[in-house]
Amino acid sequence: MVTATPDLEADREADLALARRVAGGVPDPELPMLTLADLGVLRDVELAPDGAVTAVLTPTYSGCPAMAEMRAEVDRRLRAAGFARVGIRTVLDPPWTTDWITPAARRTLAEHGIAPPGSAPRPASGPVPLVLSVRRPTLSCPRCGSADTEETSRFSGTACKALWRCRACREPFEHLKEI
Amino acid sequence: MSDDDNAYLGLAEAHEGDEAHWAFGTGFEDPLHGTDTALPPGVDGQALAARCLALGDDALVLAQRLAQWCTRAPELEEELALANIGLDLLGQTRLLYTRAGQADGSGRSEDDFAYLRDADAFRNVRLAELPNGDFAHCVARLLVLSTWRLAVFEGPTTAADPVLAAVAAKGIKELAYHRLYAAEWTVRLGDGTEESHRRMQQALDAVAPYLDELYAAEDVRGQVEAVLRQVADSAGLVLPGTAGLPGSGRDGEHTEHLAPLLAELQSVARANPGATW
Repeated sequence: MVTATPDLEADREADLALARRVAGGVPDPELPMLTLADLGVLRDVELAPDGAVTAVLTPTYSGCPAMAEMRAEVDRRLRAAGFARVGIRTVLDPPWTTDWITPAARRTLAEHGIAPPGSAPRPASGPVPLVLSVRRPTLSCPRCGSADTEETSRFSGTACKALWRCRACREPFEHLKEI
Repeated sequence: MSDDDNAYLGLAEAHEGDEAHWAFGTGFEDPLHGTDTALPPGVDGQALAARCLALGDDALVLAQRLAQWCTRAPELEEELALANIGLDLLGQTRLLYTRAGQADGSGRSEDDFAYLRDADAFRNVRLAELPNGDFAHCVARLLVLSTWRLAVFEGPTTAADPVLAAVAAKGIKELAYHRLYAAEWTVRLGDGTEESHRRMQQALDAVAPYLDELYAAEDVRGQVEAVLRQVADSAGLVLPGTAGLPGSGRDGEHTEHLAPLLAELQSVARANPGATW
């Protein structure tokens, strides 16, 4: 941890890298195959000159009930890694987007039977237009790869997922919605 | 084995004095934890608090009505949808109530606002509190309120305070999704069978007298009417030009339906003062 050595700057860099790794490695309570870094929920980690570390988190959805759990776990793990002073800062702006999910995490989602999100709709500069009756892109079934799939519900067990089914292998699957 | 590998062992394991082993903790903590809560210069704290409370009340009361669809929706998928939409609104409420408690200087928490105020202190629009009717009524109300709230969040009136602006920016994505859900169901029912068309039209007729109250509260009539017309046209429905009912929930004037809704929502908190969840 923070110790006085001739090369303080290198130590600081190492501490910061450690803090990033520890905070970023916390699993998401709802999608435990992904970490907060994978999801882009961990926005930043700051290390003050006095050794205080601050993790910056953003919620996925306003109503995400897992935020308190995430904060507690990041705090716990950073302390366990030897950081004595730990702070968590919540940021709402810019709002979270599925575009922040890493490519590796998208592959992990598919391996776990969850169809990863496509590109999020472009952030509108004006009012969001209501677009009716546009055929949504078809997803490939994460189990058998068939493109013969259909949406059964725009919502699923959590706010961030939709429910789909595959007409080829007859299995239902979830889709992480792009926002 | 670590907590992450086995949920049961994680729960059973002793933890040093903290409650992190409970799924989501035992007590909601500040949803704006660690954000910069200072009021920007020139912003009137009392006015900002009133605004956050009104927008929070709209969302809390509608979320409660949506939650009442659990076990009653036509299909499991719609039940999930309505519960999820309600959860988004509840999340917006928590942020707005927390901001209100900061802005008015009282330090009141989200729980204080949700559980310890009576009906006459609520400022939600009356459309949110009307009892649930059939599914078409649920769809019509959701279409109107999500379209209206989206227009408010997109408008300039949420911009003065950075926290409210951030809550709005985040809410826009959610509300656009709620609106699309309601609009698609309006079209499906309006353009469906004779019976579904009749019930969807009846639902639009039922919510129409509450539109003027929404426009009086927020200056977004143009944007809302354009969207409602677009949906009605696609659905083969008529947007009624019904005269508005007098009064406004924004002035604390409510229907007789709000007090029983709040009594249910607040019963556990009031029976157990100081309890945490």
